[in-house]
Amino acid sequence: MIKDDKNLKVRRSHRLRVKIEGKVIGFLVGSAAFITILVTISIVWNLAQQSLGFFSEISIIEFFSSTRWSPILIPREFGIAPLVAGTFLVMIISSFVAVPIGLAVAIFLAEYAPNNIRKILRPMLEVLAGIPTIVYGYFALTFVTPLLKLVFDDMIIFNALSAGLVMGIMIIPFVSSLTEDALISVPNSLRQASYALGATKFETSIKIVVPAALSGIVAAFILGLSRAIGETMLVTIAAGATPNLTFNPIESIQTMTAYIVQLALGEAAHGSVEYQSIYAVGILLFIITFAMNTLGHWVVRRWRNVY
Amino acid sequence: MTIENKINKVSLKVKDLSVYYGAFKALEEISMDIEENQVTALIGPSGCGKSTLLRCFNRMNDLFPNTKIEGQIIYDDIDIYSQAIDPVLIRSKIGMVFQKPNPFPKSIYDNVAFGLKINGFVGNYDEEVERALIQSALWEEVKDRLNDNAFSLSGGQQQRLCMARALAIRPDVILLDEPTSALDPIATVKIEDLINVLKKDYTIIIVTHNMQQAARVSDKTAFLLSGENRCGKLIEMDATEKIFTTPFKKETEDYITGRFS
Repeated sequence: MIKDDKNLKVRRSHRLRVKIEGKVIGFLVGSAAFITILVTISIVWNLAQQSLGFFSEISIIEFFSSTRWSPILIPREFGIAPLVAGTFLVMIISSFVAVPIGLAVAIFLAEYAPNNIRKILRPMLEVLAGIPTIVYGYFALTFVTPLLKLVFDDMIIFNALSAGLVMGIMIIPFVSSLTEDALISVPNSLRQASYALGATKFETSIKIVVPAALSGIVAAFILGLSRAIGETMLVTIAAGATPNLTFNPIESIQTMTAYIVQLALGEAAHGSVEYQSIYAVGILLFIITFAMNTLGHWVVRRWRNVY
Repeated sequence: MTIENKINKVSLKVKDLSVYYGAFKALEEISMDIEENQVTALIGPSGCGKSTLLRCFNRMNDLFPNTKIEGQIIYDDIDIYSQAIDPVLIRSKIGMVFQKPNPFPKSIYDNVAFGLKINGFVGNYDEEVERALIQSALWEEVKDRLNDNAFSLSGGQQQRLCMARALAIRPDVILLDEPTSALDPIATVKIEDLINVLKKDYTIIIVTHNMQQAARVSDKTAFLLSGENRCGKLIEMDATEKIFTTPFKKETEDYITGRFS
């Protein structure tokens, strides 16, 4: 009786189609995910292999303890400290811009801005985020540096301060949008409770909403700064190419990323120590940003309030 | 049967109050007297505007954009909706406890002390926090763990913490917006007992869905109902006993007896 049912026959073929479709689509999305993992693994593998070559010639102790980075000029020395210092100097300077402004923008957008202003401001921030980093680089070099030179007479054209400040501007949208998400996720009932006790909007924002969203805000800062560490073009153009163990912001420095660019564009022979050194710098950079991103996500998980 | 109305001092006088959310009229020409040291219950079916009315008393409706208020609420001889009045001041005098417990993600102590801090209290914080927690019948349960996070408390305890938080700044009036709707029966009884004790010192207005609760805790009951245009009106207000035994209006009787809800 069932076999005679016409409808059921249609259903059966349909079911078969659905089954095949499910398998094919599952395979396609699965392999897409697999490819990204494969790419990540092969990048790490490549970095590790080349830097092993580097560390077979240069001791890891020299790499971390020497305070001079001179991969080409004799006497050659491979102390990573100046590059790390340069990287962190730019990052710290950028945080002085990005953290307060990013937080203020987020508080404004999440707590204060009326809908129509929010509708204008958000896309503007997205435009800021969409500017190519090389444009920021020339903005730093040809606009901000001359301005800063009016204040600091003895400032070098290529310097950490200008690059750091512009880097801060560059990561504002990143920090503010993550922070805004954290603020918005604070339930309205907490704001209402605060207002009902006679708190002003400012008190509510600063004393209730921001602390309640703190884990997300801290994570936003960490992720923003991790971006600053990985950023390349801006610092290559504006911060200089002088490995320099200094925390003086008006001096010329070189960041880890900028060094990699400089050497990769140069004429270092494939397989030479200086060529392999970019992989050693690269893997350290990878470890630093990976650690910061992990820390950011950990902060969110560990300190998040569940409402 | 007539029940004598006790004459009490009026704490809040509502005069021809209408509330609009944009073009929608949520409440129409409400007039009522809220008496001092009495518990006034606002009852009525969902959407009749009882919570809207409650939020008018501490100007919480100001927080929603496009809200427009007509009419007056007289408190302490002043219209709280007059231009010169800062809603922030009103809210420190007229406290509120919400439907769902909403403690701040801070310690128990800091939850109670928050209102004192933002209102610029100078004096012994420990004493005030203790007093508020005793008043809300929570002190014995939390006195050894004041620095614990408020989320470590049970739902009923959290709600009493929210009461303590409101009481800490010594308001005159406490607004309760369905304070037990998220609580279990035992926690509900505790809150109701608390309301009975607190009315000696405070004027209390409670919105409730639960008519038994209104009958148990309140002295006065106001029945609100929304008409065909979904606009809430005050049908009648009287001594609770009278509303629940011999209401004046037929709508009230229908609602009380459960003919609609």
